[in-house]
Amino acid sequence: MAHDTLYAQPQEPQGPAPGRGGGRLAAVLRRWDTTVVLGLIAVVVGAALLVDGFATGRNAEFLLLDAVAIGLVALPMTLIVVTGEIDLSVASTLGLCSAVMGQLWLSGWPLELIVPAAVALGAVLGAVNGLFVTGFGLPSLAVTIGTLAAYRGLAFVVLGDQAVADFPGEWTDAAVGTVPGGALPWAMVGTALLAVVFGILLHATPPGRELYAIGSNAEAARFSGIAVARRKFWLFVASGAVSGLAGVYWTLRYASARADNGEGLELAVVAAVLLGGVSIFGGRGTLAGVCAGVLLLGTLRNALQLADVPSDTLDIVTGSLLIASVVVPNAVVLLRARLGRPRSGSAPPPRPGNAP
Amino acid sequence: MSGPAAASPLLHLRDVAKSFGPVAAVKGVSFALHAGRVHALAGENGAGKSTVVKMLAGVHRPDSGGLELEGRPISPDGPAAAQAAGIAVIHQEPTLFPDLPVAENIFMGRQPTGRFGRIDRGAMNEAAGRLFARLGVAIDPDRQARGLSIADQQLVEIAKALSRRAKVFVMDEPTAALSGVEATRLFAVIRGLTERGAAVLFISHRFDEIFSLCDDITVMRDGAWVSTDRVADVTVDTVVRRMVGREVSALFPKQDVEPGDVVLDVRGLTRTGVFEDVSLTVRRGEIVALAGLVGAGRSEVVRAVFGIDRYESGDVRVGGRLLPPGSPAAAMAQGIALVPEDRRQQGLVMELSVERNATLTRLRPLARFGLLSGRGERRAATDLARRLHVRHGGLGDAVGTLSGGNQQKLVLAKWLATSPQVLILDEPTRGIDVGTKAEVHRIMSGLAAEDMAVLMVSSELPEVLGMADRVLVMREGRITAELPGSRATEESVMFAATGQPGAGA
Ligand SMILES: Nc1ncnc2c1ncn2[C@@H]1O[C@H](COP(=O)(O)OP(=O)(O)OP(=O)(O)O)[C@@H](O)[C@H]1O
Ligand SMILES: [Mg+2]
Repeated sequence: MAHDTLYAQPQEPQGPAPGRGGGRLAAVLRRWDTTVVLGLIAVVVGAALLVDGFATGRNAEFLLLDAVAIGLVALPMTLIVVTGEIDLSVASTLGLCSAVMGQLWLSGWPLELIVPAAVALGAVLGAVNGLFVTGFGLPSLAVTIGTLAAYRGLAFVVLGDQAVADFPGEWTDAAVGTVPGGALPWAMVGTALLAVVFGILLHATPPGRELYAIGSNAEAARFSGIAVARRKFWLFVASGAVSGLAGVYWTLRYASARADNGEGLELAVVAAVLLGGVSIFGGRGTLAGVCAGVLLLGTLRNALQLADVPSDTLDIVTGSLLIASVVVPNAVVLLRARLGRPRSGSAPPPRPGNAP
Repeated sequence: MSGPAAASPLLHLRDVAKSFGPVAAVKGVSFALHAGRVHALAGENGAGKSTVVKMLAGVHRPDSGGLELEGRPISPDGPAAAQAAGIAVIHQEPTLFPDLPVAENIFMGRQPTGRFGRIDRGAMNEAAGRLFARLGVAIDPDRQARGLSIADQQLVEIAKALSRRAKVFVMDEPTAALSGVEATRLFAVIRGLTERGAAVLFISHRFDEIFSLCDDITVMRDGAWVSTDRVADVTVDTVVRRMVGREVSALFPKQDVEPGDVVLDVRGLTRTGVFEDVSLTVRRGEIVALAGLVGAGRSEVVRAVFGIDRYESGDVRVGGRLLPPGSPAAAMAQGIALVPEDRRQQGLVMELSVERNATLTRLRPLARFGLLSGRGERRAATDLARRLHVRHGGLGDAVGTLSGGNQQKLVLAKWLATSPQVLILDEPTRGIDVGTKAEVHRIMSGLAAEDMAVLMVSSELPEVLGMADRVLVMREGRITAELPGSRATEESVMFAATGQPGAGA
């Protein structure tokens, strides 16, 4: 029954989309990605010049090892945010999987069984989130804040305050091993491969494409025959499984299974995803942008750590980046509208990010 | 400028123009609105009517030209400024605060206050009651806005505008979502407004409405002004010719088809309180119309058939095979397509591009080895857009920038692309211009001739009578009559729809 709404509404994007008029407009759109990549280069160059010990192979290796966990979890998170949902329980899932891993090791399981069990546990934890969100129609923000607390609590129930650290050396070494002759960790190679898989899934397959429709207008998506609830459910399962995998990695990398592993990581993951140009409102964003966002955030944190900035301040930086990546694109749009250039009279969307 | 210029105009548009990038939506349009007169704005889909409205509303600023209100130039730079100047735009679907009482919606931000700045509910309700009395409608000022019909919501908007002393009322296709009775009531309200000296700009694709309600008419074509006349001085044919720039062929080119086997078989479908014991069949090559008043439960039935809504009992068979309930994907797999009634919320994803919307229902067949190639998609989208003459700036443009009618055509296109066996259309020509309407009817008829089964929900009697092989009439959730196309008349359909002889159409 609808028709033209008279007052341009915020959710009615009228900004340029790729394709029309060729390169110029496409370039405008790609600008957020470009900004992130330029920011990344600037931070790398700046840190190399200003921060002692940044531009070394050893540090590059550490930086990448640190980025692996964030990068892994950011992949399914990107897809979830594109559908307009969010999963804040990822770090607690990571922690619980790590704690269970420790407890199983104590009770004598072999790692060959523990690792798949941890990933499966993550998937189950994700399925719980998915069930609450899609089965009972609850907002994912509320559900996953709840499981954020619950899963972390469970982790302490499982392992208490102890740390399990006697994992075999060949496993812990493998977690931090690098490609021969370089500073590139194998774990990062694996993460990059997984990123390619997720990228193809999101951008070039039918189910991935449908996620954008779901995030922009779930009702229209349903009317187009898309199984909205099922899609979302499996995304939460994927998010849980990948968080479980990240828990395994975390445990082996630091050779320590603890209940508080990865505490607060969800902040960094969400910041990286939004920084990468994914709209918190759903429907927009690219996986390439998120990869750039992960690296930018990782580099920045690494450089600040080297410069002896305390970890509280690091969190302030991460939080500010998160807010900035939501605010800046909107502010730019508003500013452009204020300046009243005729082209922008059509009230472009106060949305950050990239076209799907 | 030709046309009526009795008194000095209330609102004058002078040579306004507006482009969106390369798209010149409005190119130098001038006309005047006079106190006490209803002015129709007619034109094909995408002619620029809504863009003119948005300039009046302060949503878009004209690139050139300007507005004059009572002889003084104004340039509203936002909806608030337009309101302050006395221009009220009545949305086709108003956005009220659903949890607040009607009176508070009307006086939002200007509530009369008593002692200590508390809102004086009594005074407010009384004032709202007076406004409704002036409009001659019965709406309880104290009730919540939630649950008001669209028609009532429009009236609340009009009351709101009246309380702000608006002089110019702008209505962009206000009747598209109204029933006949509701539209008649709206017209009475509009006449009342003009008797009190207001000027009204009225947009509609229905000529009977224009010719019975309006005093003046301006025609636009391709963004340009074509003519302004007194309605009494023109005929439907002249207006249509000016709108499309050529002759329009017969309105309902229905081909006669010998119906084949039953494809869609619905038995005893029930959802308590919504529809009850609905049974119907549609054969290959047949067009079946589901007629009735707005709110009779027709859309709900077709939504249930397609699997959007659940039903409690009954079953749906396609070509003899039972359709699992509650799954649009399953319905699509068995060859059902549903063109929903609300294109903005259900038909299209406004933020995605024309291309992405066009191919949304066909991603799987378009993928090769599970992967989509941009080129294949673009080719498919281009074909679809061309087949239904969708007018767009570029395939990459957000669908929200298309004119209303072109959006509707795109929804049709996206569903025809699935080559369904059963095509269900819910108000297929709402908001579509004459030329395109004939085109859509020709397409429907052609599809039926190619053995497709077509089930159409329509509130437009001429469309029902002109297109349908069989007419099913619903009232209050039940099918009350089944009439073969040859025997269906305006009277017989209205009788079954209202339960009373001679009730208004
Ligand atoms: N914000 C926008 N950005 C780009 N193009 C636009 C925008 N708004 C309108 N247009 C284009 O301007 C033209 C006129 O659109 P408009 O909505 O005014 O048509 P209309 O006469 O109201 O049509 P309809 O009868 O279908 O509602 C169309 O080609 C449309 O695609
Ligand atoms: Mg319009």
